[in-house]
Amino acid sequence: MQQEQALLSVQNLRTWFELRRWAFARAGWVRAVDGVSFDLPRGEALALVGESGSGKSTLARTILGLYKPTEGEITFEGMELSKLKASQMREYRQDMGYIQQDPYGALPPFLSLRSILSEPLRIHGIKDKKEQNDLIRNVLTEVKLTPVDDFLTKFPHMLSGGQQQRAVIARAMILNPKLIAADEPVSMLDASVRVEILKLLRRIQESHNLAVIYITHDLSTVRYFAERIFIMYAAKTVEKAPVESLLENHFHPYTQALLAAIPDPDPENAKTLRDVPPGEPPSLVHPPTGCRFHPRCPQAIKGLCEVEEPPQFTLLPGHTVECWLYKDRDSKTE
Amino acid sequence: MTTQATSTLLRTENLRLYFRTTQGVVQAVDDVSFTMPRRDALAVIGESGCGKTSLVRAILRLLPSNVHTYSGNVFLNDIDVMKLSEERFRTNVRWTKMSLVAQAAMNALNPVLRVGEQVAEPLIVHQRLSKQAALAQAAEVFQLVGVSPDFLGRYAFELSGGMRQRAIIAMALITRPDLIVLDEPTSALDMLTQANIMNVLKGIKRDLEQSFIFITHDVSTTSELSDRGMVMYAGQIVELASAEQFYLDPLHPYSAKLMASIPTLKEKKELEFIPGQPPSLLNPPTGCRFADRCDRRFDKCDTEPPLQQLADGRWIRCWLYNK
Repeated sequence: MQQEQALLSVQNLRTWFELRRWAFARAGWVRAVDGVSFDLPRGEALALVGESGSGKSTLARTILGLYKPTEGEITFEGMELSKLKASQMREYRQDMGYIQQDPYGALPPFLSLRSILSEPLRIHGIKDKKEQNDLIRNVLTEVKLTPVDDFLTKFPHMLSGGQQQRAVIARAMILNPKLIAADEPVSMLDASVRVEILKLLRRIQESHNLAVIYITHDLSTVRYFAERIFIMYAAKTVEKAPVESLLENHFHPYTQALLAAIPDPDPENAKTLRDVPPGEPPSLVHPPTGCRFHPRCPQAIKGLCEVEEPPQFTLLPGHTVECWLYKDRDSKTE
Repeated sequence: MTTQATSTLLRTENLRLYFRTTQGVVQAVDDVSFTMPRRDALAVIGESGCGKTSLVRAILRLLPSNVHTYSGNVFLNDIDVMKLSEERFRTNVRWTKMSLVAQAAMNALNPVLRVGEQVAEPLIVHQRLSKQAALAQAAEVFQLVGVSPDFLGRYAFELSGGMRQRAIIAMALITRPDLIVLDEPTSALDMLTQANIMNVLKGIKRDLEQSFIFITHDVSTTSELSDRGMVMYAGQIVELASAEQFYLDPLHPYSAKLMASIPTLKEKKELEFIPGQPPSLLNPPTGCRFADRCDRRFDKCDTEPPLQQLADGRWIRCWLYNK
């Protein structure tokens, strides 16, 4: 599946956090990301969908260089992340934007919008006041915080939730990055504002040919705002597919359960019970042997699923699944 | 409004709840009147700051210290509970007749008390049962919400999020109240857990004929458990309709826009959004409160529309449907 000139390539990435007892003795590892591989071409939006604690945010933050990977390789434009020196790391970070979940928490309360937006410019060596001013004005116009002069002097608490999130997007965009990681960018916002922000992100993505990693637990927004989708469960990507392909054919039993669990607004919903597997996601300190979904899986194969971890099977073009149910249907083994 | 003593569970008339703040008086609930029949599940839908939670506070008399105005009537089983003294309300109504699953309550369980004791507590306090009898009933309610009675002796930190939320629902259910108010009962939970909790609530509604008021900003989830939908905007009811009417054919311009902004999984549609923001409740506009964001506004909207019932039974506050 090697696409030429992938912007970002992740190979067998593991990010584990050490658990310590009495500050010295190692008590175990939290396996937050455990063996994830993918390529992300320029201009593509990739959605990571999964429950809280499935490792979506850790994966994004490892790619951003905020966590050190325990194992595996991250290659961005041909540079390998683990081999970069501190000064090169700064350049690397210039190409990345990060949109946090809670816009109010992400904006420093005692800085005006102008100071918030000029700080990344100063850090990355754009010191000329006029140039700074032009860049700030352009980015604020792009995220539609207009008239710009009114907003430059405002503090975060003077903005509404939607405006705060626009300010966070402006800050992520100010250095003209090539990749943006958006971690649940709209989950704190009201329904009527959500679509507005997602449409804004989509427009920015298209006009700048940005790669976007869109993290969400809300599967229903994904079809509108991403090209590819990864379903994560217990630190692994259990199903990877183009969005339309996944919505038509969902192979992994977890994906099937997820799609069955999400309601569309329909009065018929109240009349029937939903068929969902009971239980909770497993601990990432001692994950189950074999397939991590097997304790909850209604279709688990005895003697196989709890023993051996399923490899990745390719069922349709670009559509892969990590599940033993499809071991005889693999169209090309990787 | 129609009143049938046998079928009406809850009725509010001109309910108002205003708060004092440093900037002035916030009109959080402004003239809310509605009737709720028995065995009904009513979904209260609206954006943050539209007065949903304040409405619950007004109905359950859980008032903060900065109340400016608290007026109107709340009839439960045709008794005006607003007229009761605080002490009689506490002993006779709160939790015995109406109980609450508060927002994020599962994170407010007492960490040093066993879960069973907390769930059984309303019975010990309100019905003066012995601890043993109360715990026996708690075991029964645990089974109703799908938790093994073995969990009675555990502490909150030993339970997962979904289990804690079930324990909170058990606590609201244990006195078999006439009405349970659910304030965002699933918003902090994962998708599969959310579906499991909704199944529990549907089961309780079907088997025990329990009445619910279900408050959330997640419109898709409300459709899981509602016979009727009530849309609030800026402290007022703008539409109150049956589930079929509301989810398939919302009439008020605000409800219609809100429904058009909900992404759907099964079919692809063009998503819309509502430009602008809700008005400040410190100084709400004199005319229709949605007029500034409405694309079907006309001259009449400068005066406030009344809440009126249409021929098909739904209530609406909009001049477009005024005969």
